[in-house]
Amino acid sequence: MTVLLAPRPRTRKKRGGSWGFRIAAGFLVLVAAASAVGPAVAPYALDEIDFAAIWSGPSAAHLLGTDQLGRDLFSRLLIGAGETLVGAVILLVLATVLGVAVGVLAAWRGGWLDAVLARITDVMFAFPGLLFVVLVIAVFGKGKWTAVVALSLAYAPVIAKYTRSLALSEIARPYIDAYRAQGLGGLTICLRGVIPNLLPALVGYLVVLFGGVLMSLATLSYLGFGAQPPSSEWGLMVQEGQPGIVQGHFLPTLVPGAAIAMVVVAVNIVGVRIADRLQARG
Amino acid sequence: MIRVIRRLGGMLLTLVIASFVIFSAMYAAPGDPMTFLIGSTEDVTPERIAAVRAQYHLDEPLLGQYWHWASGVLAGDFGESFKYHQPVSMILASRTPVTLALVAYAAVLLCIFGIGLGIIAAVRRRRAADTVIVGGTTLAGSIPEFVLGIALVAVFAVQLQWFPVAGAGSGGLERLHALTLPAITLSLASLATISRVTRQAMVEQFDSEHVEAARATGLRERYIVRDHVLRGAWGPIITMFALVTASMIAGTVAVETVFGISGIGSLLVEAINTHDFPLVQAVMLFMVVAYMLVTTIVDVALPFLDPRIAEQAVSS
Repeated sequence: MTVLLAPRPRTRKKRGGSWGFRIAAGFLVLVAAASAVGPAVAPYALDEIDFAAIWSGPSAAHLLGTDQLGRDLFSRLLIGAGETLVGAVILLVLATVLGVAVGVLAAWRGGWLDAVLARITDVMFAFPGLLFVVLVIAVFGKGKWTAVVALSLAYAPVIAKYTRSLALSEIARPYIDAYRAQGLGGLTICLRGVIPNLLPALVGYLVVLFGGVLMSLATLSYLGFGAQPPSSEWGLMVQEGQPGIVQGHFLPTLVPGAAIAMVVVAVNIVGVRIADRLQARG
Repeated sequence: MIRVIRRLGGMLLTLVIASFVIFSAMYAAPGDPMTFLIGSTEDVTPERIAAVRAQYHLDEPLLGQYWHWASGVLAGDFGESFKYHQPVSMILASRTPVTLALVAYAAVLLCIFGIGLGIIAAVRRRRAADTVIVGGTTLAGSIPEFVLGIALVAVFAVQLQWFPVAGAGSGGLERLHALTLPAITLSLASLATISRVTRQAMVEQFDSEHVEAARATGLRERYIVRDHVLRGAWGPIITMFALVTASMIAGTVAVETVFGISGIGSLLVEAINTHDFPLVQAVMLFMVVAYMLVTTIVDVALPFLDPRIAEQAVSS
């Protein structure tokens, strides 16, 4: 599992927030709202098939037209927003809990435990791209939750490595010795002292990571390894709509594709900004 | 020399562990490995059970089975595909050339445009061209490969009909033509990484004293860029280029699926869908080995190209 994180360019502008940031943040709020109320306000049901309206273009009845089964694209997009985003958020939370726990433990205990964890991380990094996740799916079968858990296992070492490097310098600080002198146990010190102090740097990193997480999960569903029909997870929608482009029906595949891309771009813009802010404060 | 041996040893150890993970993954599946390997319950015939048993030596302990498998793999024997009833090595051999051609094509594009844009951005640093390049490549990197690929197909293959919609052509120029959109898709995702590293490495050189000295002697800017800045910046650029190219081997899984190319990337997807575990293992192992080989070779070779790195390695 390799995730390339190049240093982001130093383009620190006005502190108030540039237009790019405002638009991106506004867009994300809109998408979050859509995914919260989507199923309630969608004009059609997720799997409402209408063979009389296959691949119809945008109209008053179907805002974005329909797909190869005559299902309303706009409704599916709205309903799918929740599934797409919630899956990625759960994935990131799982990976973070695991990664932070392992990273802090490795930094705190050091010695053989650190060496073993480093070796495990090395082996995980020997699998380029999504290959480790694909192996897990090959064994446990396809499905949304397999994909989520497998991806969180793949992202955990990335987070653990970053957390470990942060935690090492944190543990060397004098207040840790002060806590020790008070007779506090290792677990208490880590939970009350080390981890809260790592949070600012970690949160910025995680938001930047979230864009990649979204892409990976969508790629898995596109390949057919994640969410299964009749779900309208966006990656799956792209896959199901793809045969239509040969006949010139672009919307069923390009609309969900563009939705994924726009959310990832917005998350990256917001993430870089948050990381900058937290770094500047900390 | 000791460094080289240690690095190669580390690679071998990681490879052995990774191959063990790939092999023993079938034991992680719920239930008996036998039922997992046989897959769909419809075609459970005595012959098939016997074949699976023989291929995996299921009566022996795990390490023994791994030993049989690994020694077979070293001799080029990956077992037989459950689906195609052919040796896996034959399928792999017929599918690999397309994938390698695709990766090579994408690597050439990445080399020309990625490093090229990075150079332009560094030379025109903190000016409009720099901002546009950094912003544009970052944007391109934020679009998932499969979305990018489908968008390119929609515009350039279906609308404009410049390229075929799917497939890889039948060799020679036709193949080059057919692989153009897939190669662009594969390289665009990594454009941001490589151009940013190029830009960063060069900007550091621009600020260094030897470039200042070169400038003081009145050399023309293009010679300074070529002979002083670029020459000093090659190390990180080559390292990142190799890493990104090696990752592309795994990136073909999505790209080949989008463009309907029958290489090993789409083979992996097929093998998982048809529950053909020997094939899954072989493709997986091939990709991991290729990835590790490329990254290790660059890591080992770089100090010979750039003596400063060798000095750093010795002092640290």
